[in-house]
Amino acid sequence: MLAPPIHCAGLVKRYADVVAVAGLDLTVNARECFGLLGPNGAGKTTTIEILEGLTAPDRGEVEILGMRWTGGANTRALRERLGIQLQDTQLADKLTVEETVRLFRSFYRAAHSVEEVLGLVGLEEKRGAWVGKLSGGQKQRLAVACALVSQPELLFLDEPTTGLDPQSRRQLWDVIGRFRAAGGTVLLTTHYMEEAERLCDRVAIMDHGKVIALGTPRALIASLGAEHVVEFALADGATRAPSPSELSALPGVRAVRPGLDRTALTVAEVHRAVPALLGLLERRGAELSLLATHHATLEDVFVSLTGRQLRDA
Amino acid sequence: MRDHPLVQLTLARMREFYREPEAIFWVFGFPIVLAFALGIAFRNRGPGELRVAVLRGAGDSAMATALARAPGLTAAVLDSGEARLQLRTGRVALLVVPGDPLVYRYDSTRTESRLARLEADEVLQRARGRADPARVADQRVTEPGSRYIDFLIPGLLGMNLMGSGLWGVGFSVVQARTKKLLKRFMATPMRRSHYLLSFILSRLVFLFLEVAALVGFGWWVFHVGVRGSFAAVAFITVLGALSFAGLGMLVASRARTIEAVSGLMNLVMLPMWILSGTFFSYARFPDALQPFVKALPLTALNDALRAVMIDGSRLTELGAPLGIVTAWGLVSFVLALQIFRWR
Repeated sequence: MLAPPIHCAGLVKRYADVVAVAGLDLTVNARECFGLLGPNGAGKTTTIEILEGLTAPDRGEVEILGMRWTGGANTRALRERLGIQLQDTQLADKLTVEETVRLFRSFYRAAHSVEEVLGLVGLEEKRGAWVGKLSGGQKQRLAVACALVSQPELLFLDEPTTGLDPQSRRQLWDVIGRFRAAGGTVLLTTHYMEEAERLCDRVAIMDHGKVIALGTPRALIASLGAEHVVEFALADGATRAPSPSELSALPGVRAVRPGLDRTALTVAEVHRAVPALLGLLERRGAELSLLATHHATLEDVFVSLTGRQLRDA
Repeated sequence: MRDHPLVQLTLARMREFYREPEAIFWVFGFPIVLAFALGIAFRNRGPGELRVAVLRGAGDSAMATALARAPGLTAAVLDSGEARLQLRTGRVALLVVPGDPLVYRYDSTRTESRLARLEADEVLQRARGRADPARVADQRVTEPGSRYIDFLIPGLLGMNLMGSGLWGVGFSVVQARTKKLLKRFMATPMRRSHYLLSFILSRLVFLFLEVAALVGFGWWVFHVGVRGSFAAVAFITVLGALSFAGLGMLVASRARTIEAVSGLMNLVMLPMWILSGTFFSYARFPDALQPFVKALPLTALNDALRAVMIDGSRLTELGAPLGIVTAWGLVSFVLALQIFRWR
């Protein structure tokens, strides 16, 4: 039985008076795409950099592909097998795409050819362009190309799609999909739940340096006990609003989350809950200014666990 | 071979440099412009014509005529107010007041004035019948190697080695650090020694061009030659470049921002610009300062370059300055490796 690509236990990392990682255990299985999901400042980047061997933890054990970050030749041998994209690397502006890939390629004993790796990320036409002239999405694909050039068994991606337009994001998802189809294992961080749901086999939701939920996206959403979310807001504000207890007594409603500008209900059966809600509001003489329903997402899971939105947490 | 990490890192360094037009100017253009401007401004013209004034009085015009006839002197008769003004503002070097005794009024701290006093006195004494007991003949020579430009070119070479060593290494390292590129490299199996060596190698390539440009310019425009061997010049410049690359590495070893490293670099370079005898001889500084001045790497480098280029010294005679240059480089490099911030 092969060791899992990533295994860590009891990770702790403090910066001055901030605890970035507060006791974290994680196992990522072979050929899995695993997502660390959480708001900014949850400790995702610190965690991934500890796993990458770039940051030393204050406490805890890390094993990557069955090896430890012990330094020297051992560390170099391990780095040969990894592909790493960091969140805020700015590659040299005055080098071309091809020169950049060739530079990173030279660090590895076994590596893709420049043509192959540019093909993988769809940058063949940009091979002669200066890095400084690329769009944000192209730069990000180049960063992933530099991670893929080593033919890694394990790929680390730290917020690979943050700040990209939807089309660039989809292109990167395709790159990750192709890497997985070829048998690779991926650990990525993101604060887009849509991305995590789409790409990841399992996700760990992080908050304040801890994993607060772990499982497949489907299982996590199912843990809400309901698959839909109904949101409504009233035209005349709070005066005629029904109380949370009145709302949770409605048929099919599992949970009530009052918000600043709207109230969200987690609902098992929309077809029963919505008419009941409308009836209740009419009896109280309240007028709707908004009514919307959507399938529950990982965002709803995060909100139900922490009471905060992912984006502004 | 081409895909060796050291080759690729060195190529990347070189590309980033030559694709930056500003860098090209500061390394190649600026020292040449400086050499040209200073070479023209301080070219050896000799003292030129000395202006002497005679105060209006008895026998003034005869005296002025005699003075004006002497080579290298011009003379004019002036009223006392005008004469005092011109003497004070340096437009005349000497004021002759006719009478008995004959009075020479001049500023004895001005070389020109003392020269004018000697020349004028000779003319006036001869006019009154003095005879010289010995026959003399003049032989005029201008010795290449004794002009200001001969002194300046080796100094500019040294200063340029310092500047491009410190900026070339220090700036790039800190830029890679602020852009998190250093950290990204650390996430690969790249050897740290390869990264640092790539700076040295690319410095050596550009060093050759830098030295050739400045020495070639000096020879072409001002006929500044190299009296010693070119091999010795090459050896000293390589040693100097390595030493300052080491110093650059040390300056950049901890700095996290471009501003911080720029400040540190100026702190390191400014004293040497002034003290190390690039533009004028450091012998002008007080004796108490001399041991400190001589211990600076740029002073030692300039001394060694001048010894070879002007005096034709051999490397074996330059143990002391070359030792100082080497020591600075080694100590900085070792220290830099100890404290280098790799992320």
